[in-house]
Amino acid sequence: MDWLNLIVFPILRTVVLFLVLLTGFAYLTWFERKLLARFHVRYGPNRAGKFGLLQPVADAVKAMFKEEIVPSHVDKPIYLIAPALALIPALIIWAVIPVAKDTPAIADVGIGFLWILAVAGLESYGLILAGWSSNNNYSLLGALRSSAQMISYELPLGLFLVSVLILAGSFSLVDLVDNPRAWWEWLWLWVAFPFFFICILAETNRSPFDLPETENELVAGYQTEYGGIKFSLFYMAEYINMITTSAIMATLFFGGWRGPFAEEFVWLGPVYLFIKVVVLLFLFVWVRASISRPRYDQLMRFGWKFLLPVGIVYMAITAVLAVLLK
Amino acid sequence: MALKEYIKGAVEIGRAMGVTLKNLTEKPVTVEYPFEPVPVYPRFRGKHELRRYENGLERCIGCMLCEAACPTGAIYVEAAENDPENPTSPGERYAKIYEINLLRCVFCGDCEEACPTEAIVLGHDFAMANYNRRDFILTKEELLNPGEPNVIIRPE
Repeated sequence: MDWLNLIVFPILRTVVLFLVLLTGFAYLTWFERKLLARFHVRYGPNRAGKFGLLQPVADAVKAMFKEEIVPSHVDKPIYLIAPALALIPALIIWAVIPVAKDTPAIADVGIGFLWILAVAGLESYGLILAGWSSNNNYSLLGALRSSAQMISYELPLGLFLVSVLILAGSFSLVDLVDNPRAWWEWLWLWVAFPFFFICILAETNRSPFDLPETENELVAGYQTEYGGIKFSLFYMAEYINMITTSAIMATLFFGGWRGPFAEEFVWLGPVYLFIKVVVLLFLFVWVRASISRPRYDQLMRFGWKFLLPVGIVYMAITAVLAVLLK
Repeated sequence: MALKEYIKGAVEIGRAMGVTLKNLTEKPVTVEYPFEPVPVYPRFRGKHELRRYENGLERCIGCMLCEAACPTGAIYVEAAENDPENPTSPGERYAKIYEINLLRCVFCGDCEEACPTEAIVLGHDFAMANYNRRDFILTKEELLNPGEPNVIIRPE
C-alpha cells in the first residue's frame, strides 16, 4: 500500500487547505465589511489594527469568550450537530478544484462535476436541521424558506453545469482546465455566466436572496437560537461557500489556474486562481450593495418560471452546438 | 412579453450597480469625530458662554431678562450692586450668581435673543457628557471660561 501518496500527502494537503480556507474566511469578512462600507461612502472597520486588519481576530476572540447557551427547549443532538453539518459540505467541495497543472486541491476523484452537485445538495441539510431542532416557529419558517429556495435554484444550477459538461467532455475538473477550449466555447459559456451567478447567489443564501437571514425578516431565521461559536460556524459556512463557489465559477468559466506563464512556474497557478476568486468575491459584495431583495414568491417565481426554462433552452442549444462544431 | 420585463429589470439592475460602483471613487463622508473636528454652521446652538467687553469688564448686567425668556427655567440669576471702585460690569448691577442647568436647557437660543448686552451666547460645543448631575449645572466661572470646542466653522 502506497502510504505516502494515498494517506500522508492527502492529509497534509487537507490540513493546508483547511488553514487556507479558514484564514480566507476571516479575511473575507474583513474584505466584505470594508468593501461594503466603501460602496456606502463610509469607512469600514479601521480601529482594530491598521485598516481594521485585526478586526477578524477581534471577532474571533469575542466569539470564543461568549457564553455558550444551549436553550432548554431545543432538540439537543440535532441542535448541536447542525452547524457542523452546514460547514462540512462547504469545506469538502474544494477537494476537486484544480489549483495548478494536473493538481486538484486534494484528490482528483474523476467525477468533479457530480461531486459539486452532490455536495451542494447536502448543504441544505444543515439549515433545515438547525431550523427544525430550534423548536421555534420563526426558525422553522426561515429554515423551510431557505431550503425551498436552495433546492429550487439547484435545478437551473445543475442544468448549466450539465451544459459546461457537454462542452467539456469529461467529468473531471482537472481535465476541464487542462484541455484547451475553442474561442466559441468561451463566448457561449460567458453568456451563461450571469445566470449561473444568480443560481449561485441563491444557493449560498447571499443577497439579494438572503431572505432567510436578513435581520428585518424572521429575526435571524434559522440562526435565531444559535449564539457564540455555533453561530460563527454558520457564518463560516456561508462565507466558505462563497469562496468555494467563486472558485468553482473561476474554474468553469474563467480558466481556473490558467494565466500567463502558469505552466512554467507552477506556483503561479494558485496565484491566478486567487486573483480570479477575489474578483468574483468583489462581484458578490457589489451585488449585495446594489440590489434590493425580492419578495419570497417573486424569488421562487423567478427561479422556476424564468431560470429553469432558460437553463433547458441553453442546454439544448449547447448540445446542438457541441454536435455541430466539435 | 415577460422577456421584455426581465430585460428591463436587468438594465435597471445594471444601472443600480453602476451607481454603487461610482461611490467607490468618492471619499467617505464619515467624520472620524474625536480625531477630526466636526464642521458646524456659524449659528449652531451649543454650550453657553458669558462674554466680556474688550476692556475686561463682563457684559452681563444682571437684568434677568434671560431668566424670564427661558422657556424651561434653566437659568438662575442673582444680581448684586456693582462696587464703584472695582466694577465687574459697566452698569448699576452685575450677576453675582449665574447658573445654567444644562439638563433643563433645550438650546432654543431665546436667552441669547433676549439679552440686551449680548452677554449670554450659545457657542459651538456639543460634547457635554458628565458622570454626575451636579456637573451639569454650569456656574458663572465655567461660563466665563469655556474651552475650545472640537469643531470647524463651515460657511453658510
